[in-house]
Amino acid sequence: MADLTFKIFRFDPANDAGPRFDTYTVPAFKKGLTVLESLYYIQDKLDGSLAFRASCREGICGSCAMHINGKYRLACETQVADLKSDSITIRPLGHLKVLRDLVVDMEPFFAKYKYIKPFLMPGDDAPPDRERPQTEGQHSKMIPSIDCILCACCHSSCTVTATDPEYLGPAALLWADRFVLDSRDNALKERLRLVDQLHGIWRCHTIFSCQEVCPKDLDPTGAIADLKRKAIRHRFLGR
Amino acid sequence: MQYHDVVVVGGGLAGLRAALEVNMHNLRVAILSKVYPIRSHSVAAQGGINAPLGNHPRGAHDSWERHAFDTVKGSDYLADQDAAVRMAKDAAERIIEMEHWGCPFSRTPNGKIAQRPFGGAGFPRTCFAADKTGHMLIHTLFEQIVKYEQAAERGELKIYNEWLVTSLVIEGGVCRGVIALELATGKLEAFKADAVLFATGGCGRLYTNSTNAMINTGMGMAVPFWAGIPLKDMEFIQFHPTTLYGSNILMTEGCRGEGGYLTNKRNERFLANYPDSRKGMEVAPRDIVSRNITTEILEGRAFENAYVNLDLRHLGEERIAARLPAIREICRKFLGIDPVHEPIPVQPGQHYTMGGIDVNSDGASPAKGFYAAGEASCVSVHGANRLGGNSLLETIVFGKIAGEHMSNYVFGKTDLGAGDKTLEDALAQEEKKLKALMNSDGGENPSNLKEEMQRMMTDKVGIFRTKESLSDAQRKIRELRDRYKKVRLRYTGGPYNYDLASTIELKGSIDVAETVIVGALAREESRGSQFRRDFPARNDEKFLQHTLAYFTPEGPRLDYKDVTLGYWEPKERKY
Repeated sequence: MADLTFKIFRFDPANDAGPRFDTYTVPAFKKGLTVLESLYYIQDKLDGSLAFRASCREGICGSCAMHINGKYRLACETQVADLKSDSITIRPLGHLKVLRDLVVDMEPFFAKYKYIKPFLMPGDDAPPDRERPQTEGQHSKMIPSIDCILCACCHSSCTVTATDPEYLGPAALLWADRFVLDSRDNALKERLRLVDQLHGIWRCHTIFSCQEVCPKDLDPTGAIADLKRKAIRHRFLGR
Repeated sequence: MQYHDVVVVGGGLAGLRAALEVNMHNLRVAILSKVYPIRSHSVAAQGGINAPLGNHPRGAHDSWERHAFDTVKGSDYLADQDAAVRMAKDAAERIIEMEHWGCPFSRTPNGKIAQRPFGGAGFPRTCFAADKTGHMLIHTLFEQIVKYEQAAERGELKIYNEWLVTSLVIEGGVCRGVIALELATGKLEAFKADAVLFATGGCGRLYTNSTNAMINTGMGMAVPFWAGIPLKDMEFIQFHPTTLYGSNILMTEGCRGEGGYLTNKRNERFLANYPDSRKGMEVAPRDIVSRNITTEILEGRAFENAYVNLDLRHLGEERIAARLPAIREICRKFLGIDPVHEPIPVQPGQHYTMGGIDVNSDGASPAKGFYAAGEASCVSVHGANRLGGNSLLETIVFGKIAGEHMSNYVFGKTDLGAGDKTLEDALAQEEKKLKALMNSDGGENPSNLKEEMQRMMTDKVGIFRTKESLSDAQRKIRELRDRYKKVRLRYTGGPYNYDLASTIELKGSIDVAETVIVGALAREESRGSQFRRDFPARNDEKFLQHTLAYFTPEGPRLDYKDVTLGYWEPKERKY
């Protein structure tokens, strides 16, 4: 099997004058080799100083989002063979401060998520010893948004996030819509108040890059459109 | 030094639930997590969470008694029966609470929480959110944490993301706090707390073939072990029957609960050929199905001598899409196959640690103020074999119970404020150790040691064990412990030094692995997940007991304690 060339973004803000790319040669040591397995190979065998985040290695925890050959994706579920190139370039997530190598500061991203009040606000008392009923239809309405793993691929690919650091961004807005779509939630007015503002839904330029990169095939652009429709209806019809 | 009333180590389901409970009692609580809480391994749980809600047409007569009995029987009678009863009694309340907090459970046609059958359960008892139950539950709990973090009327709730706890400080049998390494800076810090809870998950990464996240190194078990807290029943390692061939990603038991078949290379549903799985077939308990698949592999009836097929094709696209979407996605992404049209190649892999930090059903350890919950702990409700759907349940039931108990402990504590000096000393000592590790100039690459350990555990301490294989393993682990003294770090910088963090954790892994080996070697019987070829029968007379492993520098010292019975007489486990 052919060797692979990895070009990896390296930067330690405390010690380096500027970022650089380091090049590593990794043998294609197994069928179905993923980018994450290659990164571990580099860390274990070639360069113990390489820093990157990872946890579940199966595409559900969202730790290892990074920019791989031109696209934001999860390193764990990206097979080297699918990149159709034996030269692989890796950079950290965009629009977030690099702390070291591929590790970025996620705090601003999570701050936006927390800002939209990402928790159920039912507004009434739940039946004490049983579930709030929800039909399969009501449940399946939420399905496009409840799968978000907060990996920030959408955030990094968004061109508006790049120019307006205060823009809530696709992930936070998707979560806002997730609760709007939940039949058990009763805080539409409050939720729209949080997103119907200068750095909220109206900043979205509908470029679809968030939708394009989402590793869970979710549609933040669609969620934002849904919030826009609801915000307008709420303004003019009050519901 | 940081001061909190309570420190929770670990941001998975058990840790978050415990922290929430402590916060509801208006105490200042901090969560120290090695990763962002939503990156915890809880997120990877797929199949579901048990509670006798009776929402399934075939589950109308389910009850907490039957749930508790199935748990005890599934455990091969090693579970403490009072704990199993406590878990089953609280199950419904905890699930309903999660639903009220917004967990998007899948629904029945009449709007209730949907349930499905799982191995070893008498009724369809497993509530689920498609095959992403862990993801949905942990996000729901994290949302509540965010809510309480924002609520001014509550006491302080603080999350320290990306901190690795390296030592637990216990002074005269009383817990004083922890020492932790901040990954972002590489600096050590002392955290003083009146009570500490460890909810750090399992130690699956002792093995090569594991369904566990890369972060499950067992460090959270090693730290209290080093501080004198015993580890209980560590020899009981669950192997999940169906993990994806190659990467060992979990293929949920829900696949079989929904009606999937297991077939060998002769295209036989081979479980019918084994007496212990003839009746339950694909939904027989995990230990049994894992052994029978392994036997197929060993006796040459598996594909490429390595895997069998998990066939979902007859379920149809609609059902697979609705009930097992993540399975389909994983198969497509990692193998390039679609289970709607092709069977899934699967093999057993390490999945769960039944054993862990020795605690009672309040979550309390032998040291005052030190608690544990979730997979890191051994309450014990799973005994020698955990039933699917009980691990998620354990996290939120005993997370809550431990949170409540430790809050009461803190309120009743009389020596509040003591322990500063002990913590300062512990911090200084830990700093010295860290410096020594940074300057160590031996010739061993820590990642090689880790690889050798994982391979050895898989080969020698796996589904089938013998005295010979375990003795080999013991020799090897001692060799690795010696070689560890000569490790050399490849990187000695401060921020995000994963070389340092993983080398610290490797020490924990090696010491925890030895408790598994030594416990298995001493337990000369087959029970639940432990199958000794040289002792194929269960021996209640000698081994209806919990193994306790205590740390000594020469290796673990073993002791035993009785299993709590009182509800059901142990009898042969037949399915």
